[in-house]
Order: sequence, then C-alpha cells, then structure tokens
Amino acid sequence: MTDALIRVEELTLGWGKHVLLSHVTFEVERGDVFVILGGSGCGKSTLLRHLIGLEEPMAGTISIGSTGVPELEGAAPEFGVMFQSGALFSSMTVGENVGFALQEWTDLPSEAINAIVKAKLALVGLEGSEDKLPAELSGGMKKRAAIARAMAFEPNLLFLDEPSAGLDPVSAAELDELIIALNRGLGLTVVMVTHELESIFKVGKHCIMLDKESKGIIAAGDPRELKETSKDPKVHQFFHREARVR
Amino acid sequence: MTRADADSPGLDALTVFGDRISRVAGYLPEFTWTVSALPEGVRVELGGQITIEEAPALWKRVSELLEQLGGQTRVQIDNSRVEVIDGACMALLVHLRSELKARRVHCEFTGGSPAVRRIVDLYGGRRRPKKRRIRRPKNAVEQVGQATVEMFGETVAILDFLGQLVVATWNAFRHPSRINIRDAALTMERAGADAVPIVLLINFLIGFVMAYQSAVQLHAFGADIYVADLVGVSMTRELGPLMTAIIVCGRTGAAFAAELGTMKVAEEVDALRTLGFMPLQHLVMPRMLGLVLVAPFLTLLADAIGIAGGLVVAATVLNLSPSAYWVELTSAVKGWDVWSGTLKSMVFAAAIGMIACQQGLATSGGAEGVGRRTTSAVVSILFTLILLDAVFTLVFGALGL
Repeated sequence: MTDALIRVEELTLGWGKHVLLSHVTFEVERGDVFVILGGSGCGKSTLLRHLIGLEEPMAGTISIGSTGVPELEGAAPEFGVMFQSGALFSSMTVGENVGFALQEWTDLPSEAINAIVKAKLALVGLEGSEDKLPAELSGGMKKRAAIARAMAFEPNLLFLDEPSAGLDPVSAAELDELIIALNRGLGLTVVMVTHELESIFKVGKHCIMLDKESKGIIAAGDPRELKETSKDPKVHQFFHREARVR
Repeated sequence: MTRADADSPGLDALTVFGDRISRVAGYLPEFTWTVSALPEGVRVELGGQITIEEAPALWKRVSELLEQLGGQTRVQIDNSRVEVIDGACMALLVHLRSELKARRVHCEFTGGSPAVRRIVDLYGGRRRPKKRRIRRPKNAVEQVGQATVEMFGETVAILDFLGQLVVATWNAFRHPSRINIRDAALTMERAGADAVPIVLLINFLIGFVMAYQSAVQLHAFGADIYVADLVGVSMTRELGPLMTAIIVCGRTGAAFAAELGTMKVAEEVDALRTLGFMPLQHLVMPRMLGLVLVAPFLTLLADAIGIAGGLVVAATVLNLSPSAYWVELTSAVKGWDVWSGTLKSMVFAAAIGMIACQQGLATSGGAEGVGRRTTSAVVSILFTLILLDAVFTLVFGALGL
C-alpha cells in the first residue's frame, strides 16, 4: 500500500460537451515532487485547477489526504498554490500579499504576522521586499513572492503552475533550487505543471505525461527513466526535444 | 502590363518609356508573371524580385488566375527565374495553392534557387495542403437565435449571481467581522467623495435646462411660479436619483467591472479563493455596501443642486424672487418625494454594484475580454436602471404614493 497524499480516480474533465481528459487515474505520494507534463493544450493546467478545487470534474474522484478536495472558501487554506503569473494582488504590497491570509484566518497580532512575513520572504530569497508593490518585482521575484504567500500557512502540499515559464535560465534554476529545498528541507509534497525539460529532470521525482489526442496519460514514472526507456514516440519526442514531422 | 509582356516582340519605344514612368510611379510590378498552357492545366512562370512592395500586384494576379481557371486540373508555379521572394508573397502563393486544393486542382512549386526553395519549404509550399474547414456564414435567423440564447444565458448567470449574493449576505450577517470594511470605505471615497464635482455639475445643468425649457411654456400661461414645482418634483422623484445613478454607472460601475475583470484574467480571483476567501464576500459585498451607503447622499446633493439650477433660471429669466421660488418649492415637494428618490437611489446603487461585479467576475480572454465585459456591464446597468425606474413609477403610482 502506497503512502498516497493525492488519489485521482477515473477523472474526466472538460467544459461544456468538450472532454479534455478522460478516465485519468494516478496517485501522488507524500514527499514527492510530482510533475504533470505534456504539450501545449493537453490539459495540464486544467487538471491542476481540478486538483486545487477551482473546477468541478465531469466524472471521477479526487481525494487529498483522507478526504476529497477540501472546500476552498470560508476556511484557512490547507495547501499552497502558485499560479503561472504569480497572481499577486496588485493593490497590495508584497508583505501584505504574504500576510493576507494570516490576518484573516488567525488571531495573531500584526507584529507576529510581520515577523512571519519576513521569515517567509527570507525563505524564498526576498528579504527586505515587504514594502514593494508587485509591479516593482521582476518575473522571477513575483513567482518567489507567490511561493512565499502559498507557504504562509505552513502547508504540506504545494501546487505550482508552470513555475519557470517565462523566466531567464538563471532565475528558472534558482526557482528549481528553491523547490528542491522546500521539498527536502520541509518534506513538502509538490505537484507542478511544466514543460521545461531542465526543471523536470532537476526537480521531478515522478511524472505523468498527458496527451491531447488520446485525452489521457501516455506515460508515468521517473522522468529520467522515461527519457531513456520509453518506446512511445510522443514521449520520446518530448524528452528528446524532437520536432513533430509535419 | 507586366515586364513579361513588355519583353514580347513588337514593343515600341513609347511603351518602354511609358513602362519606366509607370514603374517609377509604382504602377507596374517589379516581378514577372507569365501564364502558359500545360496538358490539363497551366504553368505560371514567376521571375524577378517578389517582395512585400509587390504583394498588391501579386494578389491581383493570384485573384485573376483563380477567377479565370476553367476545367484545368493542374497548376505549376515555376520559380526558376525568381531572384528574391519574401515571406509575405510566398504566403500569397501558398494561399493560391490552398484555394486550388479546395477546387480539387493540383498545384505544385517547381524550380528556384536554394534560397527560394528554403522560403517555399518554410511556408509549407511542399507540404500537402490541409483540407480546409468551410465555415458557413450564419444567416440572420441563426444570429438572432444565438443572441437570444446568449441573452437568456446572461440572465440566468445574473440570477445565479444574485442567489449567491443572498447567501453571501446572510453569511456576512452571521460573521460581520469578515466583511472587508477597508474596501467598502475605499469604495465610498472613490464612488462618493470623488464623484461629488461631476454630480454637482451635471445635475445643476439638468435643473437649469429643465427650468429654461419649461420657463418659455409656463410664461405663455402666466404660470411662471410653477417652474419651482416642476423642477422640484422632477429632480427629487426622478432626475436626481436617475442622473446620479447614470453617473455612478459610468464612473464606478465601469471601474468595478474593469477592476474585477483584470483580477479575474490575472488569476487574482482564483488566488483569493485558494487563500480561503470568498470573492463574493471579499470583493463584491464591500463594493456594493460602499455604493449603497454613498448613493443617497449623492442623490440628495443632486436634488439640491438641480433645484438651485432651476432657481438661477427662475431668478434671471422669469424674474422670480428666491423667496417666492422657495415658498412654492416647499409647498410642492413633499417629504416622500425626497425619500422615495433616496430609496430609489439605494436600489439603483445595489443594481449597479451587482451587475458590474457579476460582469467583472465573468470575464475571460485577456484584455479584450475585460473591454467587452466592461461595455456589457455599462449597457446592462443602463437598461436595468431604466427598467427599475419604470417599475418604481408603476408601483408608487399604484400605491398612490
């Protein structure tokens, strides 16, 4: 029996009558860095939105821990989420962004919240950025700040949507290092969507690859092993960066 | 006339001279396009420099060829004499090939220097053209039907939103500490205090114009003094609340829709939900609360300044004394006239806040989506305001108020 934190069974999702993914089943173990792979438009981010609970599936079940997907609204967050663009609240400072949920869901005095905010920002390498507005941050810094906000409630599960997309190689590598540090240092389970090969091999322990045509999972396992052993032409193309023959 | 035609025998000096002038003036293309017959088809021999400047002339040739093709089943485009061809012109030739494919005419590119062949390859000139999906234009009945279905969908969405709002309001009453007072106060400042100058200006002019227009009619009957009744009752019962609501719609309703729409497309609303916040309680209710609280004060200001606008006309055009105007006004305008106007203004404010926020939160599709939803919000609000005003008039009339 595996120590699964997330169980997805026979999940079918889409919008209207359009089915994007059909009968998808997989598990994410505690302490894993689980990567959802696939080409553009295959449903990676949509699957992530279902795991988070932002969308209702057409069929199938998702369970996190011993229950289903926890209710998002009306209670303190049970997991952290970093969106593709960072999605920092533009009208608030970085510090206010990180401390926002703490103010709402705890009785901590503002001094204590400020101390936590400083520590969280230091954790992601953004010391002294409390009073900056999101517009003053670079793309990489925004994503780090978003991770700090997602970490505010000490979650044991972190969802990341395309963390290194749009970043320069150095910023992307730094973000990968941060994810590894959070996983190893805090035992955090990470579920991330990406198609950045370097990140996948550096960070990912397990992965699933989604396919647009078959509307399902075409490969699952250790990404490094899949690269070497998979006979599936689509998996081979993806991991070896081969262009599709037109 | 093309250069290929100009090279043909029998050309006189005048033609050459004319061609040069035409070429300098940009009337003649710098490329050649020679059409000759092939068994069951035609051969188009291209030559010269085919660049973006020549695209209009090339497009004309392509269109002519498509029009003139009869029963041919094959078109060969020979690039042997092409010196240079750029992507734009290659795209036009690839379009020609696709059009021919749709007519079941085989088309192929032949010849050309390595550089020309690379462009042909890059633009898919040697790939099999994909079968085009033909989009049938919708007729008027279909468009009306689709618009009706969409309108029904929008109405359902607004009613759904209203239902969620009722639940959120009930939750807010149970946990008042969770109401986002900061945003409510900010809304009161932006929608209320900041709107005072424009509300004063517009309503002064409304009162002024209404009094001026009626002064001429009333003077003819020697009923000058009734300008105070007309302006007073109209401003307090109808125009004060309605004009204020229209200004609030344009200033604040549009701002709410754009602000929430931008938050939606930037995933800020989703981020809010993942932190445990309810968008309705955190974003919508404070905005609606701020608007509902501030609207009566704006309306009372509008009433007062509109009446003052009427007074200016009464004093200057009709030579009425301010005291006579005031005495007539107070005898005509009852307390209910003023309170019914403020009651209306609160309902109008709630409608503005609700529709603007609903449209904002329904935004999808980036910047274009934000613009579309903002426009939609303003139009829907204006329609709703007029509808609500008509309902109020009928209900108050039926109740004898």
